[in-house]
Amino acid sequence: MSSHAPNSFRNGPDEQGMFGIFGGRFVAETLMPNILELGEAYEAAKKDPAFRDELAWLNKHYTGRPSPLYLAQRLTEQLGGAKIYFKRDELNHTGSHKINNCLGQILLARRMGKTRIIAETGAGQHGVAAATVAARFGHPCVVYMGAKDVGRQSPNVFRMKLLGAEVVPVESGRGTLKDAMNEALRDWVTNVQDTYYLIGTAAGPHPYPELVRDFQSVIGTECREQIMEAEGRLPDMLVASVGGGSNAIGLFHPFLDDKDVQIVGVEAGGKGLDGLEHCASLTAGQPGVLHGNRTYLLQDAEGQIEEGSSISAGLDYPGIGPEHSLLKDTGRVDYVPIMDDEALEAFQLLCRTEGIIPALEPSHALAEIVKRAPKMGKDQIIVMNLCGRGDKDVHTVGEALGMSL
Amino acid sequence: MTSRFDTTFARLRAEKRPAFVTYFMGGDPDFDTSVAVMCGLPEAGADIIELGMPFSDPMADGPSIQAAGLRALEGGQTMAKTFAVVRAFREQNQDTPVVLMGYYNPIYRYGPEAWLKEAKNAGIDGMIIVDLPPEMDEELCIPALKEGLSFIRLATPTTDEKRLPRVLENTSGFVYYVSINGITGSAAPKPDEVSAAVADIKAKTNLPVCVGFGVSTAEAAEAIGRAGDGVVVGSAIVSAMAKAINDGNDPVEAALSTVREIAKGVRAAGG
Repeated sequence: MSSHAPNSFRNGPDEQGMFGIFGGRFVAETLMPNILELGEAYEAAKKDPAFRDELAWLNKHYTGRPSPLYLAQRLTEQLGGAKIYFKRDELNHTGSHKINNCLGQILLARRMGKTRIIAETGAGQHGVAAATVAARFGHPCVVYMGAKDVGRQSPNVFRMKLLGAEVVPVESGRGTLKDAMNEALRDWVTNVQDTYYLIGTAAGPHPYPELVRDFQSVIGTECREQIMEAEGRLPDMLVASVGGGSNAIGLFHPFLDDKDVQIVGVEAGGKGLDGLEHCASLTAGQPGVLHGNRTYLLQDAEGQIEEGSSISAGLDYPGIGPEHSLLKDTGRVDYVPIMDDEALEAFQLLCRTEGIIPALEPSHALAEIVKRAPKMGKDQIIVMNLCGRGDKDVHTVGEALGMSL
Repeated sequence: MTSRFDTTFARLRAEKRPAFVTYFMGGDPDFDTSVAVMCGLPEAGADIIELGMPFSDPMADGPSIQAAGLRALEGGQTMAKTFAVVRAFREQNQDTPVVLMGYYNPIYRYGPEAWLKEAKNAGIDGMIIVDLPPEMDEELCIPALKEGLSFIRLATPTTDEKRLPRVLENTSGFVYYVSINGITGSAAPKPDEVSAAVADIKAKTNLPVCVGFGVSTAEAAEAIGRAGDGVVVGSAIVSAMAKAINDGNDPVEAALSTVREIAKGVRAAGG
């Protein structure tokens, strides 16, 4: 789905799975045949109209796509600057953008004859989406989830169980998304013959960053058409939160070659960038190799991976998809941090001005818009990916605000 | 120049027995323990030593080696100290091949060129880097070969006939056959399946083939030793050290007595 124009930001990855120096296939030999097989299966699927038709049908009738592009009028008035649109992927079946990728990958898994599905999850949104598609197609599903996240995202744990998935709490490390991904990789190495690893973000060994991006690019592709219909022109700015970066790359990718569209990715600044209580791998990290790819990572001088920290379990990851690393280095996308308390304020703002309870992940993107929109003209347009709904976060927010539920 | 691997395997062929390759984690639980373990290993029966470089996120390792890496990092292990362990060992031993084993990121942060030079200076013979498959050979494997260091590749049950030549292409020292699909310290492999896989590999290379993952007893070592040119034991040694640390006993003695015990099995596989 990449174009091949010279000087395009949409050419990557190359045949080795590299986005510049980022990406690649840094995996144990046991997994290499599977990774290569997946690459071949994906190339074949991309060219197969039946695959595309089935995915389009599921996107429409199962997920409810296209998701609306919504003009947030009261918020726009309150901030007093640019017009703010939300791409409402929180209205998708399962409550976030994660389903877009899961439907694409479950169809791939079936083409490859894999019968057992495994996944990692942070906030549980991907775990729920993976459990959902596994149920829809009748496959057993095991979801690895950091023990800390199991505690703070308990509604999603229950949803996964209702959907028939086995949720395995991971105690190693700090018990967050990074540790869940390690454990999922250990499972995959052990059960490589029958198991499909359904990675939830645009990271990991090639071809995952490419295929997850492609499945998520439905967000940006729809958004282009919808904003043209609504405004007759492209937006001035796109804003999305980045944890691993799948919702952001899905929105950004179809716009990367539109030079007049400014693009902003918002990282989890946690409690501030001075110490280690954040997950701003692009703003504060260094290139390194983890989970199958080279990318910006939070790490110490010895190359040991640091444990990040964020109020949002979905952003609590010390790495980032490799394509974002390239987009940072080329300067095409600005990556900025937003602190926990700023995200919490934005969360409440959206509840009260628009009657939408957002997830904590897009609340980070919204907090950046709160800073930027008032400085922009009323004729300017911002589109934000409202990538998930906040039902899962009400306990976390209640606790942070000192309210008992 | 004849490598320490060549000399070692030639001697073992003359003795008509497989090599005993032992793994332990550098810096577990501290620097001095590692030096003492390493210096004691040859006499305890080790023919080749794999020294683990701790990494925060060891994706291919089971719980015991994960825990050893964490103990090492908590004990202040660094790459510089890993090299220092080897230098201390080389003051006493010039013959036993030493292989560093771990993951790529600490090397990438150190700088691959500088790391290779330092490794060579310290007296290291080769490396096993779990997350560098042949597809990523330009990163470290090719530069290592240019430095005269061996890059020891893992072959696995998923490495089929089509892929095997790619895996063997830039491998030197020996081939490490991972006998099961899985993580370190898993269930024991089946000796007859291992024999068949080793035969397939040996049909395509003159390098010795050592077999590891899941070998934890003298009996298993004997059976696997008959199937390959060497037996790799890691988790059993690391677990014995962990137990000793936990019980307040001497981890050095725990490691070496485990090696002595399993060495009997390896030697029984000879003849």
